Amino acid sequence: MFENLSDRLGDSLHKLRGRGRITEDNVRETLREVRLALLEADVALPVVKQFVEDIRERAVGAEVLRSLTPGQALIKIVQEELTRTLGEENSELNLRAKPPAVVLMAGLQGAGKTTSVGKLARHLRERQKKKVMVVSCDTYRPAAIDQLKRVAEQVQVDFFPSSADDKPVAIAKAALAQARKSFHDVLIVDTAGRLAIDEPMMQEISALHGQLEPAETLFVVDAMTGQDAARTAAAFGEALPLTGVVVTKVDGDARGGAALSVRQVTGKPIKFLGTGEKLEALEPFHPERIASRILGMGDVLTLVEEAERKVDKDKAARLARKIKKGKGFDLNDLADQMRQMQEMGGMAALLDKMPGGAQLPKGAAGMADETQITRTIAIVNSMTPHERQFPDLIKSSRKRRIATGSGTQVQDVNRLLKQHLQMQKMMKKFSKGGMKKLMRGMQGMGGMPPGGGLPPGFGR
Amino acid sequence: MAEKHATTAYSRFKNPGFVTRLRARINRGDSWLTYDLRNLLPGDRVDQDAIDELETQLLLADIGVDATQQVIGRLQTLFDGGKLYKPVELGRALREHLGSILAPCDGPLEIPDDVRPFVILMVGVNGVGKTTTIGKVAAHLKNQGKSVMLAAGDTFRAAAVEQLQEWGRRNSVPVIAQPTGSDPASVGYDALAAARARNTDVLIVDTAGRLHTQGHLMDELKKVRRVLGKQDDTAPHEVLLVVDATTGGNALQQAQQFHEAVGVTGLAVTKLDGTARGGVVFAIAQKLKLPIRFIGVGEGVDDLGPFDSEAFMSALYGDK
Repeated sequence: MFENLSDRLGDSLHKLRGRGRITEDNVRETLREVRLALLEADVALPVVKQFVEDIRERAVGAEVLRSLTPGQALIKIVQEELTRTLGEENSELNLRAKPPAVVLMAGLQGAGKTTSVGKLARHLRERQKKKVMVVSCDTYRPAAIDQLKRVAEQVQVDFFPSSADDKPVAIAKAALAQARKSFHDVLIVDTAGRLAIDEPMMQEISALHGQLEPAETLFVVDAMTGQDAARTAAAFGEALPLTGVVVTKVDGDARGGAALSVRQVTGKPIKFLGTGEKLEALEPFHPERIASRILGMGDVLTLVEEAERKVDKDKAARLARKIKKGKGFDLNDLADQMRQMQEMGGMAALLDKMPGGAQLPKGAAGMADETQITRTIAIVNSMTPHERQFPDLIKSSRKRRIATGSGTQVQDVNRLLKQHLQMQKMMKKFSKGGMKKLMRGMQGMGGMPPGGGLPPGFGR
Repeated sequence: MAEKHATTAYSRFKNPGFVTRLRARINRGDSWLTYDLRNLLPGDRVDQDAIDELETQLLLADIGVDATQQVIGRLQTLFDGGKLYKPVELGRALREHLGSILAPCDGPLEIPDDVRPFVILMVGVNGVGKTTTIGKVAAHLKNQGKSVMLAAGDTFRAAAVEQLQEWGRRNSVPVIAQPTGSDPASVGYDALAAARARNTDVLIVDTAGRLHTQGHLMDELKKVRRVLGKQDDTAPHEVLLVVDATTGGNALQQAQQFHEAVGVTGLAVTKLDGTARGGVVFAIAQKLKLPIRFIGVGEGVDDLGPFDSEAFMSALYGDK
C-alpha cells in the first residue's frame, strides 16, 4: 500500500544519504519534498504541518548538522517521527471485561465494517481461542444482515439473528443477553455505515454504545480516504469514546496517508490492518514496522511471524528427513513448497515485506504473482504420481501430454524440470556436508528452499 | 440537437430539487468557497498571502496536488501581471478556472432507442456503492418508462446477490442471479440472453468490488466484458466506474487501472455528501476528462442525479 509514499520519501531522502555536510538549506529543501510527498499521499494537511514542523525542529537542532552522516541522521529522524505519529507500539484488543466483552464497530458506508467483523471474529477464535458471537445492527442497507450471517458461517462463529424490522438498540440488547446466557467470551456488533454529520444516526450509535458498554469501540476507515479522513475521524471521536482504529483495504496502492491522519487526529491506536479480500487477511498493526515499510526498509519481522504460523512444520521436517536419508527432492516436494508460498499470500506479499522490495519496478511484483505459482502447481498436477517421483522419466511425449493437461507449453514443462534439477543438485550438496545448516534453514524459513532463498520460477 | 428523436438524455428526467439538495449537501450551510474567499480577503486588496492560503484551502478540499497547482499557477500569473486587484476579481478568476476543469466532463448518459438492450457494466473498488447506485439508476430509468433488468454479477461478496434482489423487488425489476461463487461472466451472459429474449430496454450488470491492483480480479472483469460481447459485439455500451468521493488521490489510480482493463466510458461519483467539500470531482476531472454521468449526494433514491458542471459550480459557490 505504501509504495508511492516510500518512493517519494525515498527519492528525496536518498539525495541526502552519504553527504558529508548538509546545510539548513538542504534540510529545508528536503522537508518541502517530504511535505509534498505526504500531501500527495492524502495525509491531512494539519497533520502534515505538525509532522514537518517536528522534524524541522529536530533536524535543525544539533542532531543532524553535527552528525558525521547527516543524511542518515535525517532519515532516522523521519523514521522515528513516522513511528511516533503512527503510534508507539502494537496494541492488541483489550478484552479484559466481564464476559461477554463487546466490540462495537463504527464507520462510514463502504469502509469495510462487516468484512472486518468477520476477520476479527476469526482472529479471536483462532488465535486467542475465544468463543465469539456476532450480530448485525445494520437495519438499513438491504441484505446487510444476510451478509454478516454468511461471513459468520465462513469463519465458524455464532451468529445472532436479527431482523431489519427491529430497532438497532433492541437488537443489541437481545444479542447481549443471549451472549451472556450462552457464555460467549466476545460479542462483536456490526453497525450501519453512517456519515459523521448525520445527527440522528450518530445519536443512534451513541445509544448503542450506552446500551452495550463495549470494551472496544473500533473506528473502521478505508486506507484510500482523502483529506476527509481526518475530519470524519474527529467527528466520530467526538460522538463516541473510540478505543482503536481498523484501517482497511491497505492491499491497494493507496499511499496510506489516511492511517497517519486518523491516528494523529483521534489519538487512538491503529489496532489492525485489513490486507485483502479473504477473511484471513487481517494483520495486527505494528507502527515501527509500517514506518520502515513506508521508507522502503522492509518488514522482515512480520514475514518471519507469518512463516512460522502458516508453514506446515511437519511437512518441512518430513522433507528434511527424506533428504537426509539420501532420497531425492522430487516434484511432489516442489509442489508442496509452492503451495506454502501461496498460503503466505504469494510472491507479491512476500516481496512487499522484504527490504528494498518496495523499490522493485511495479511490473516485477506483478510478474511474480500467483499465476507463476499456480502454473507450476498445475504442471505438477498433470503428472502421474510415478512421474512426480521420478522426473527423469519425462521425455517428449509425456512432456506434450503434461503441457496439454496443464494448459501450458512444452517449454514451460522443460523450464520446470530444469529448475527442479538445479534444486535437486543443491539439496544433494546440503545433504552431504551442510545438514545442520539445512535443518536450521528449514526451521527458520520453513518451506523456502534452502540456500537459494527464492524458489524456482522467480530466480530468472 | 440533431438526434433528438432517438435518444433519452438522463438529464431530461432531472428530478426537481436535486440541485437544491446538491447545494445544501456539499456546502452544509454556507458555501465553503465563498466563505473562505471572504475570510481570506478581509481587506479590499488581493495579496500574496491570500493566494498562498487559497492553495492550502484547495488542497484541503481534496482538489489534488496537480489540479491545485494548475489553478494556483494561473491565478499567480494573473496576480503577477497586475490583473488581480479586488477580491471579486479573484473570486471570478477562480470560478472560471475551476469551471474550465469541470466543463469537459459534462455528458449525461444517453440511451439511444435503437439499441436494445442497452448494456451498462458497473465496475469499481470495494465499498464505493456500486449496488446502491444500480438500484437508484434502475429506479430512475423505470420511472422514465424504460424496462430494466439487473444482473447480479457480484458473486463473491456474501449476500451481494440478495442486496441486488432487494433493489429489484423495490423497483419491481427482474434480477438474473446465480448462486454466490459462480462465474460472473456466465451471470452476465445469461442475463443478456434473458434481456434479449424479453426485449428489455436496459440491462445493468453488477460486478464484485475489486481493488485495481489485483491482477487476477481485473482479468476476471475483462472476461465479463468479453463474454458480454459474445451475443452483441457492441455490448457493453457503457462501462460505468463508480468512485467514492471521499477517496483521495487514489481515485486517479483506480480510474486509470480500470480504464486500461475494461475501457471506462463514464463515471459515477458517490457519497459527495460525505465530503466536506466535494473537491475530488476536480481532481478526477482534471486527470481523466471522462464524462461524469451521475453524482450521489445522499442515501435516498432521489439523491442520485446527473452531473452538470454549471450546476455544480453554482452549488459550490452557493448561488441562490
